[in-house]
Amino acid sequence: MSTLDDLRKIAEKIYSDLEKGKVPSITLASRTKSNIVFDDRYRVWKYGEQKTTRSAVSLPGAYMLLRTIYVMDFIRKMIEEGKTSTLRELYYISEGWGEAKFNAQDESDKLAEDLEIITGRMREDFKLRPEEDGARVIGDIVIEERTRKGEKRRIHCQDDVGDAGYSIPYNVEKDKLNFVEVNADKIIAVETGGMFDRLVENRFDEKSNSILVHLKGQPARSTRRFIKRMNEELNLPVIVFTDGDPWSYRIYASVAYGAIKTAHISEYLATPSAQFLGVTPSDILNYDLPSDDLNKEDVAALQSELSDPRFNDEFWLEEIKLQLEIKKKAEQQALAKYGLDYVTDVYLPEKMAEMGYEV
Amino acid sequence: MPIAEELAKKQKQISVAEFFEKNKQILGFDSLNRALITCVKEAVDNALDACEEAGVLPDILVKIEEVDKDEYKITVEDNGPGIIKSQIPHVFGRLLYGSRFHSLKQSRGQQGIGISAAVLYSQLTTGKAAIITSKIGEGFPAHKVELIIDTKTNYPRIIKEEMIHWEKKSGTRIELFVRGKYVKNRKQSVYEYLRGTAIVNPHAHMVFIEPDGNEIVFERVTEEMPSQPREIKPHPYGIELGTLLKMLKETKAKKVSSFLATEFSSVSPSKARDVVRRAGIDENKRPHEVTLEEAKAILEAFKGIKLMAPPTDCLSPIGEVLIKRGLRKETMQLSPEFISTDTRQPKVFAGTPFMVETGIVYGGNLPKEERVEILRFANRVPLLYQEGGCVITEAIKNMDWRRYGLEQKGGKGIPYGPAIILVHVASVNIPFTSESKEAIASVEEIEKEIRLSLQQCARRLKTHLSKKVKKEKAKNKFLLISKILPEIARKCAEILNKPVPPIDNVITQIMNIVWIDDEVVKKDGAVESRIRVMNYKDKKQKFVLYAEIPDRKFVQAIEPEPLEVRDRIIKWEVEVEPAEKKEYVFRMDGKEVDFDENNLYVLGIDPVNVVGAEKWEGEK
Repeated sequence: MSTLDDLRKIAEKIYSDLEKGKVPSITLASRTKSNIVFDDRYRVWKYGEQKTTRSAVSLPGAYMLLRTIYVMDFIRKMIEEGKTSTLRELYYISEGWGEAKFNAQDESDKLAEDLEIITGRMREDFKLRPEEDGARVIGDIVIEERTRKGEKRRIHCQDDVGDAGYSIPYNVEKDKLNFVEVNADKIIAVETGGMFDRLVENRFDEKSNSILVHLKGQPARSTRRFIKRMNEELNLPVIVFTDGDPWSYRIYASVAYGAIKTAHISEYLATPSAQFLGVTPSDILNYDLPSDDLNKEDVAALQSELSDPRFNDEFWLEEIKLQLEIKKKAEQQALAKYGLDYVTDVYLPEKMAEMGYEV
Repeated sequence: MPIAEELAKKQKQISVAEFFEKNKQILGFDSLNRALITCVKEAVDNALDACEEAGVLPDILVKIEEVDKDEYKITVEDNGPGIIKSQIPHVFGRLLYGSRFHSLKQSRGQQGIGISAAVLYSQLTTGKAAIITSKIGEGFPAHKVELIIDTKTNYPRIIKEEMIHWEKKSGTRIELFVRGKYVKNRKQSVYEYLRGTAIVNPHAHMVFIEPDGNEIVFERVTEEMPSQPREIKPHPYGIELGTLLKMLKETKAKKVSSFLATEFSSVSPSKARDVVRRAGIDENKRPHEVTLEEAKAILEAFKGIKLMAPPTDCLSPIGEVLIKRGLRKETMQLSPEFISTDTRQPKVFAGTPFMVETGIVYGGNLPKEERVEILRFANRVPLLYQEGGCVITEAIKNMDWRRYGLEQKGGKGIPYGPAIILVHVASVNIPFTSESKEAIASVEEIEKEIRLSLQQCARRLKTHLSKKVKKEKAKNKFLLISKILPEIARKCAEILNKPVPPIDNVITQIMNIVWIDDEVVKKDGAVESRIRVMNYKDKKQKFVLYAEIPDRKFVQAIEPEPLEVRDRIIKWEVEVEPAEKKEYVFRMDGKEVDFDENNLYVLGIDPVNVVGAEKWEGEK
């Protein structure tokens, strides 16, 4: 069955509801924290059995159905014409759809995800792509990328790139990108640009023989997919290095276990073996790091994490409880307290040694 | 102690000018802005009083011109009965002339110290005389008098007088030159004073010309004159020693007992004898000879006897309908979505009759995030200063407004939201907190009446708000079935290249109700209410529809023929087939009624199946 057939089935369902005099509706997996379950086979968190129904009995439900049909029609045209569009373009194109127009881009983004869940296809199949550029990579690895001219180009992610590194494209599937040669023996995923640049300047990729990947906050799908492929195909372990606050733990969780928003494609994006390096609440104490007080939102986020199945293990429960106790958070760059080289000379080697790596 | 006596005492020792200087604050002249407002206020209050006493609908002109830096010319002109020439100096040129304190009456004059204070302020600050022009009727000449007050003798001195021709039938004009400051866009401003005055004096027409030439017209909304408040004698429960002494001195009664029986309300001859006996005074004693100690004993004796409450029909309320019209007119540019007003029955505190009227304006372009605006009035005069120390503010702060749809931190304090709260207290003797007369003292009975009245308005607001939410939901449903669903069917059919499927069945399932929609239209002096009933159920519906009306006597037409019309309701028998729409209309005289919103009820159908009307539970 083609993507078009899958989409067409949605229209057929609505049409047949109307024909039978039934209020049209679509059923899909419920996208909430309470509906993610651990998938033993892939070792990632995925949506469970709970279903939600979008029905025309209410105005929001009816809008959703109407927009679904319009988006479907738009995708059909793109597939037929061999075009792609960004999610933002989709949002703007809806301006001309009358009542079906989206009021904000999160509505159209969410609908694209809903369509993925309903059809079991990826938004790349729908010819939709994010406008965000992928993150940056520096390390001893050679990548072969098919350029827009159709040529295959090999790029060594230390020798052939500037200090800003190699930029991950939005499509990282095999038709676009492949790994040719690798000498690094691990991946370090770094949350903030400031820390990424510090590690690059200190040549930590060479010293520790690692591939450095900048996550840019909550990582884009392509970044997570890129890490996942390196992990699986090259057998490289993944270490995640973030700030020491609840939002950063969620960044780690989305790399390792999958995000709640994209749990329908967790097995495709998540790297279950990824390990969290820090900054941990224990680090704040052990390294006596400069810290800020937790605000109301931080505390609420930590408490919510205590009931998040993804954090339900001994390590996380202890650390989160410790943080609620000390009421402090710290940034990665707080390590600069001890000098610019401290992170690469002391902190990372120590922490990595604890995790069983030699540096 | 009444201010007159306090003043009288002080006047013996110092000149009026000195006294004035020392008491600027209590007289309302303590800042340049306030002084200007006070002068306008005294003149306008005077003008309104003059018109009302003569039974004339007030037409008032207020003009402020900038003469020099911090110097303004104030002109206030009315169409009242005018003042005879010989009285002009006494009315405008003597402090406290004509004040009577042993008869009580709801009057504006209770506020402020009188127009002569404005005249004095004017001459003290600019050295210029006040100019008064007055004409008492057609065929009479107008007299124009320029006068000042001799501050040593507190006596008017005429500088110049002449007879002039004045087009006006009758009326009075006063022109004052004062040191002052004109401000705009502030709660404490001449404009706000006049706007407030216009709201609580809906029978007045006022034109205000600002220093920059801008002209603001406050239109009249009713031709009806307010009923004249009646004078009543003081009641023993509210009397103070000083007043009692003064009354004893001035009475014509020959005996103490007859003095008590004739000069007080609610005191019968037998009660009077009872009081005198309890006070241990000979009932035949001459009032003039009663000593201070004996007067105190009389006050004590008053407390011990049971007396009837004073008469309360002496007050002149504005009335729910007229306050509402006043508010509507003065908030028109904000297009509020809801106005509710309430007038309470008169009540008594400490032997003093009073009554409370309130109003709430909600929605439209009123600021949503700010504190509500509070409009305070005492005897039809706006109170602009000392909001924090007033029982009106206190009563508002002590109500939990959250349950009525306004925001309030912790259920206390001045609420937030798009609203204006109006409170009018009328009394024969308003208990002000101080002689500046800008705040009403915290009297338990008054606070309670304010609360009860505001609760009445607030409950109606709450009803309106929940109706609005329901209407919003109904509107969403209507959008769903009339636009979205047909579009889903059309687009689906287009994609699948199939015929557009029928959706009537689906609509019935989605709605599954009887939908009642209404609108109130005002045009050509009539108020028309149109009620539409739509049956979105799959079976024929039959029930009785009730529409509330203010009074059957205002109803001019009803379509179709109703089942019954009673004083406060119209009843129709409704029969609608599935997918059928029917309309029910009534028209009322728009001059007589103020009608904005329908209250609709149904009987003989499960109210769960009805949107837009409540279950009929009998007449309230």
